[in-house]
Amino acid sequence: MSTPPALIETEGLTRILPEVVPVTLVEDVTLSIGEREFVAITGPSGSGKSSLLYLLGLLDRPTRGQLRLAGVDTGPMDEAERAERRLAMLGFVFQFHFLLPEFTARENVEIPMRKLGRLPRAAIRDRAGELLDSLGLASHVDKRPDQLSGGQRQRVAVARALANDPPLLLADEPTGSLDSQSSEQVFAILADLVHRRGKTVVAVTHDLALAARMGRRIHLVDGRVVSDERAPAAGIPG
Amino acid sequence: MRLILDIAVTHIVGRGRQTLVAILGVAVGVGFSIAMAALMQGGQDDLIAKLVDTMPHVQITDDRRAPPVQPAELAFDAVSIAGLRPREDRRGIINPTAAFAWLKEWVPGRVAASLNAQGVVRYLGRDVGATVIGIEPKAERGVSSLVEDFVEGSFEALDVGGNNVVVGDRLASRLGAKLGDTVTLVSSSGLSRGFKIVGLYHTGITARDEHEAYILLKSAQILDARINVINEIRIRLDDPATAPAVARRAEARLGYKSMSWQEANEQILEALVVRNVIMYTVVAAIMLVAGFGIFNIISTITHEKSRDIAIMKSLGFSRSDMQRLFVLEGVAIGLAGSLLGWLLGFGLVYALASVHFELNTGARELTRLPIAWDPLHYAIAAGFALASAAVAGYLPARKAARQPPVDIIRGAT
Repeated sequence: MSTPPALIETEGLTRILPEVVPVTLVEDVTLSIGEREFVAITGPSGSGKSSLLYLLGLLDRPTRGQLRLAGVDTGPMDEAERAERRLAMLGFVFQFHFLLPEFTARENVEIPMRKLGRLPRAAIRDRAGELLDSLGLASHVDKRPDQLSGGQRQRVAVARALANDPPLLLADEPTGSLDSQSSEQVFAILADLVHRRGKTVVAVTHDLALAARMGRRIHLVDGRVVSDERAPAAGIPG
Repeated sequence: MRLILDIAVTHIVGRGRQTLVAILGVAVGVGFSIAMAALMQGGQDDLIAKLVDTMPHVQITDDRRAPPVQPAELAFDAVSIAGLRPREDRRGIINPTAAFAWLKEWVPGRVAASLNAQGVVRYLGRDVGATVIGIEPKAERGVSSLVEDFVEGSFEALDVGGNNVVVGDRLASRLGAKLGDTVTLVSSSGLSRGFKIVGLYHTGITARDEHEAYILLKSAQILDARINVINEIRIRLDDPATAPAVARRAEARLGYKSMSWQEANEQILEALVVRNVIMYTVVAAIMLVAGFGIFNIISTITHEKSRDIAIMKSLGFSRSDMQRLFVLEGVAIGLAGSLLGWLLGFGLVYALASVHFELNTGARELTRLPIAWDPLHYAIAAGFALASAAVAGYLPARKAARQPPVDIIRGAT
């Protein structure tokens, strides 16, 4: 019986900004991330953590190297195919919630589902409500982002990232702008996604204490992977 | 598409004041375009109606466009004859009875024959040069709108015994004559005869009111010493648009110059085309200005929403989705502006149509601005508005959609 392909596989992934003096953001990154992994990407500022995450999330194109998502080479994909892949397979959580300000929490969560168009309108509405409810936001579904606290906004962003039930969640400093209590809440939610819902979460963080609680830690310096460590019970957050 | 529409509506509703200004800009453009088109089209229709009403639709005269081909030219290829003049130039349509009968057989309309002769109208020592037109009153009623312009008397009065004449009121005024007075008509051949004025008309066209006199055809033939001659056949068609085809067929058969009203007024019709081009250029310019307003608001929205664009792209919206979104916003503004502009245009046209002018011209004392109520004007104005709105939305949308989301996300974080 053959083993299923890794969710993310990179080979020599490199991103160079074509400035007057070219800037290397990510250099020669080769790694493999499987299902149900809870991965922290750490490193000092400017080490290329977010740039690597954007490459993995198909928001940016590598200068060279290969990226396969669920075994499919993303190199030949055109812009529309990459957008489709993002919609169905990936969920993003950014440092700043990045919710659409004119829409309510429920509408923000509904948008990816409406875009995918797999569910009827009523089912979309129900699922958005359930997701928000499961993240403790049942009483805030009809509030706009400016009526929510930072932690609540970030939880809405997580609900939105989960809307289309993607196997992979990419988080860029998801707790970076939160107080310690909200930060703990969001971390617990992400851990729960891996532990209970079987998702793969790749989170960029410079909080080493937080990273230490994740199943795997990939450390970058100057765009290169300098260490890739797994915790004893890899994939199970602690 | 519904999702894109919802987002578009949320964006433009969220910018109430700016959106309203852009919508008003389009509405004013559409409204005034409609009013201008209604006024210009109305003026054009009125002018054409006057042309069509006041002159025969096809006029066959005893002229020829080219000299008749001589037998020698038919017999020998090498022969070419130019500048040939007959010894005696007998004008008039040859075999008029047969020509007239042939035309009546197939022409979809009415046909009337006449003899036009140059002469002088004399009264109490005053002479005024005039075209003396011999007509048959019954047939003339079918081809001429003059019957509607009688101030006193009528064409029928020509038939009632003796030598009678109908003249324009200005001609009578110049002569100092009035209805019932007897004037003397002198033909170019020198013959003269007394005619009693039995009708006065006023067309508003000075050339006709001052220099035309109508008498019976027989009387004209006697006065001009051209017995049984006619030199003009006038045709009034059921459908004036068919005039060129009728004229072509008549000329091909009879050989005489047959002129449709379109050919006779070619320069005027050409001027109308030029006028229409100018009008639609102005409409396009107005819409272009309105388009700048839309461009401005969509540019502002795309600039302010650059972060949202990046978010939506990260969620799985494609570049073309983003383009569609902002084009839709432009078109939505254009559509709202067009609908409001239709109302404004309708109001303006209604107001213009209500304007009264007091004109002291005798026959037409009261008139209104000539206005055309044509749905096409509304469609064209809205079409221009929507097209310019789509372009105005497309340009900033394309730029925004092309921006890599990472640049914006990096900038925001």
